[in-house]
Amino acid sequence: MALLEIRGLTVSFGTSRTPLIAVDHLDFAIDAGEIVGLVGESGSGKSVTALAVLGLVDFPGKVTCTQLTFDGRELPALSAAGRRAMLGGKLAMIFQDPLASLDPCYTVEYQLGEALRLHGGTAERRSAKARRARALELLRQVEIPDAPARLRAYPHQLSGGMAQRVMIAIALAGQPRLLIADEPTTALDVTVQAQVLDLLVRLAEERGMALVLITHDLAVVAETAHRVVVMYAGQAVESGPLPALFDAPRHPYTKALLEALPEHNRGRARLQAIPGVVPGARDRPPACLLAPRCPFARARCTVEAPPFTGAEGRRARCHFPLDASGRPGNDWATAAPLPVPAAEGVR
Amino acid sequence: MSAAPPGPWRELWRSYAQSRGALLGLALVIALIVVAILADAIAPHPPNEQYRDFTLAPPAWSAGGSSQFLLGTDPVGRDMLSRLIHGTRLSLAIGSISVSISLALGIALGLLAGYARGLTETVIMRLMDVMLSLPSLLLAIAVVAILGPGLANAMYAIAVVLLPHYVRLTRAAVIAEAKRDYVTSSRIAGAGPLRLMVMTILPNCLAPLIVQATLGFSNAILDAAALGFLGLGAQPPTPEWGSMLASALEFIQRAPWVVTFPGLAILITVLAFNLMGDGLRDALDPKLKQ
Amino acid sequence: MLSFILRRAALIIPTFLGVTLIAFALIHLIPGDPVENLSGERGMDPARRTRLLHEFGLDQPLTTQYGHYLAQVLRGDLGSSLTTHEPVLAEFGTLFPATVELACFALLFAVALGLPAGILAALRRNTVADYAVMGVSLTGYSMPIFWWALLLILLFSVQLGWTPVSGRIAVEYDVPAVTGFMLADTVIARDWGALRSALSHLILPTIALGTIPLAVIARMTRSAMLEVLREDYVRAARAKGLTFGRVVVVHALRNALIPVITVIGLQVGLLLSGAILTETIFSWPGIGNWLVHGVQSRDYPVVQGGILLVALIVISVNLIVDLLYGVVNPRIRHG
Repeated sequence: MALLEIRGLTVSFGTSRTPLIAVDHLDFAIDAGEIVGLVGESGSGKSVTALAVLGLVDFPGKVTCTQLTFDGRELPALSAAGRRAMLGGKLAMIFQDPLASLDPCYTVEYQLGEALRLHGGTAERRSAKARRARALELLRQVEIPDAPARLRAYPHQLSGGMAQRVMIAIALAGQPRLLIADEPTTALDVTVQAQVLDLLVRLAEERGMALVLITHDLAVVAETAHRVVVMYAGQAVESGPLPALFDAPRHPYTKALLEALPEHNRGRARLQAIPGVVPGARDRPPACLLAPRCPFARARCTVEAPPFTGAEGRRARCHFPLDASGRPGNDWATAAPLPVPAAEGVR
Repeated sequence: MSAAPPGPWRELWRSYAQSRGALLGLALVIALIVVAILADAIAPHPPNEQYRDFTLAPPAWSAGGSSQFLLGTDPVGRDMLSRLIHGTRLSLAIGSISVSISLALGIALGLLAGYARGLTETVIMRLMDVMLSLPSLLLAIAVVAILGPGLANAMYAIAVVLLPHYVRLTRAAVIAEAKRDYVTSSRIAGAGPLRLMVMTILPNCLAPLIVQATLGFSNAILDAAALGFLGLGAQPPTPEWGSMLASALEFIQRAPWVVTFPGLAILITVLAFNLMGDGLRDALDPKLKQ
Repeated sequence: MLSFILRRAALIIPTFLGVTLIAFALIHLIPGDPVENLSGERGMDPARRTRLLHEFGLDQPLTTQYGHYLAQVLRGDLGSSLTTHEPVLAEFGTLFPATVELACFALLFAVALGLPAGILAALRRNTVADYAVMGVSLTGYSMPIFWWALLLILLFSVQLGWTPVSGRIAVEYDVPAVTGFMLADTVIARDWGALRSALSHLILPTIALGTIPLAVIARMTRSAMLEVLREDYVRAARAKGLTFGRVVVVHALRNALIPVITVIGLQVGLLLSGAILTETIFSWPGIGNWLVHGVQSRDYPVVQGGILLVALIVISVNLIVDLLYGVVNPRIRHG
């Protein structure tokens, strides 16, 4: 049984007349101890997915799903108190801008202590001394030097990398079974990014903790994740294990993402970019969301929504998934081409 | 091919009209302006005419009232409704004149302080600090103490009270704008300081100034009413709303309408300008509202 | 932190000097003969006028006069009232507690009601509760304060007879003035009837004076809370599993209070302005009333001294608010 199982997750904002669909019938699962990358560009819905799992999507956002199970329990069925016991405990999340995620008015010790008072052991819940000891231990586990001095510090006295380590320590206070990291390194200096990432992966492996790495940066997941789910405009378009998914992507979008990486463009005059823009609220295509921009689009792609299917743990949402050499399969060559736009009159 | 984007005025109107409060404020302000312009035609009686037989007549809907004086009469028999209508003209005039004087002077001083920096700036800003250290009514009273009571002097006093806010606002905006690239490029192109200040920098500082001016309008009306109430502003028989309330306390038991209506007029007018000012602020800087 | 305090304290000196300059200039700007204005005597014979001229130092150059004035001010000599012949500073001292008592209660009223109202409006954004709070507070600061006071009197004193119309305490009570604060003095004198009377006399003036600050505080609290509730650390706090109440009070409110405290402090100026009008209507024996009578009766030493003292108080309160802001904002306290 998967640790976290999501089926049919949909999150929409806006009114019923002009809905803005941020997450579109997403299926996602992660097992205990797995490291999964949730990858996509800005606006693909990856962060909103995480917030929806935690129950932090506020009005006017509407969240619906067929199934949302964590650690064997149905999350939507939980009472508010039950959900609060889980958040910060077995299910934890860290955010993109660590300096902004710490309350500027309280010390590190206080903010760590809050988490320990809720999710720590019996000793920590009662005694401030036990909390302090455990806080020091947590800071050491996230490799923060001079931990006692750091406890007394206020957030504005910390560097970005230090603050993110504190956030990780806070998340660890409840011995989480699943940690969701939303763009954990994006706001950090390049030199620090690798350190924080290594720390996260090491902690996950040491504790058998599942880790969801949400990022737009393929390099972040390439070295660290077991599996990747690629999102586009709120939908999962491809999922599969690494390195297979990056070596031989099945979905044209994944292929295009990989091709746009600077490493794959050596010797070229221009980066290969994907033409067009991500659909907004008003111009959501009726069938395949990538069809307006896909170089392999066919008539079928504009009328029939492709299913998210596949075999051996690899799924792709495409009528003509790419084969090992990168060419579209499933009789793509004989499929009806895109209709030509009506003639515009004689010039 | 997409349509051309809407012009800036149209955009402004669209943002502004999103708030019902702002629209209400605008409607009220327009109504007040109409009343002020057409005062002579609308008012049933001349505002200063005393009807000796009808002193302290109650409003038309209560016992003893007559349709001749819809809102009753004051202690010397003047028609309340007519006085209130003419008072609209006065209040709008007070607001416009005080704010205009203050705005003009404030912008000039603010531009000077923000652009010249150094000693000029220090002197001007210290002077503004001193003015701000006095509660506004007290400052107005001090000015009136010097100039003597009267409506015109009350307007100058209010202009003085409003001044520091405009100076500060303009100076802050100028300092922020002066660092921007378009100013540097203008200066390199050879624009002199005056041209820079007025043609280049000022138009970009207009938004907060407009908001403050609208809100200053309501402050001006309230301060003028306060001065009138204290006998230091408009003098009788001028139908200024505040001075109409001046002697109301002794009639509060016998003739509550003498107290209620002038205050209500002030409330509605100030409310209208505050709604408009708020609406403008939200429309001109949508980041604040979201 | 220390440099912050010193810098702020140093700034008030030039402002204070500027105020003394204005107060000094007041006498010379007022139309009419300064000798007559300062002495209150009219139509003196020339010999007496020359003597007074010399006595007041008016025959000296302006800068010297200012120097003397400043020296006098620093000694505490602000002249004497032309009507009562009491020293201005002493009169101020006697009347000031009454205004302070009223202003404190008005501020307490404004904070006690305004802060929760603003928080409620922010938490229930765009609901009826929010519109109600915003509507009431908009009306509150669009009203002329003296009219609002009159309405309150009309409703509660005249029609319902619940509260007295004016004064600080019923005439039959004679409470010895120990502190100058009526409530404290009645307690010291153990006169419970007087205490009740004093309290009932405080109700309407407090409401009248406190309404505008209440409106401003409610609005500011709401907008500060709305901004803070959007911040990342509020979201992160919720992700920790904290109860909503704790997130709002411990995290959101604590941060929202930083700008709100400044606003509360700035209400002092507003309160003093309002006190002038409120005291006039309720015949409250404070400095507002005193100043108005001074202007109306051309008692220029009172006007001059009163303006100076009020400005000094406002400057001092602003300084305290500034320092308080430094304490409350950890970025400044632990630079």
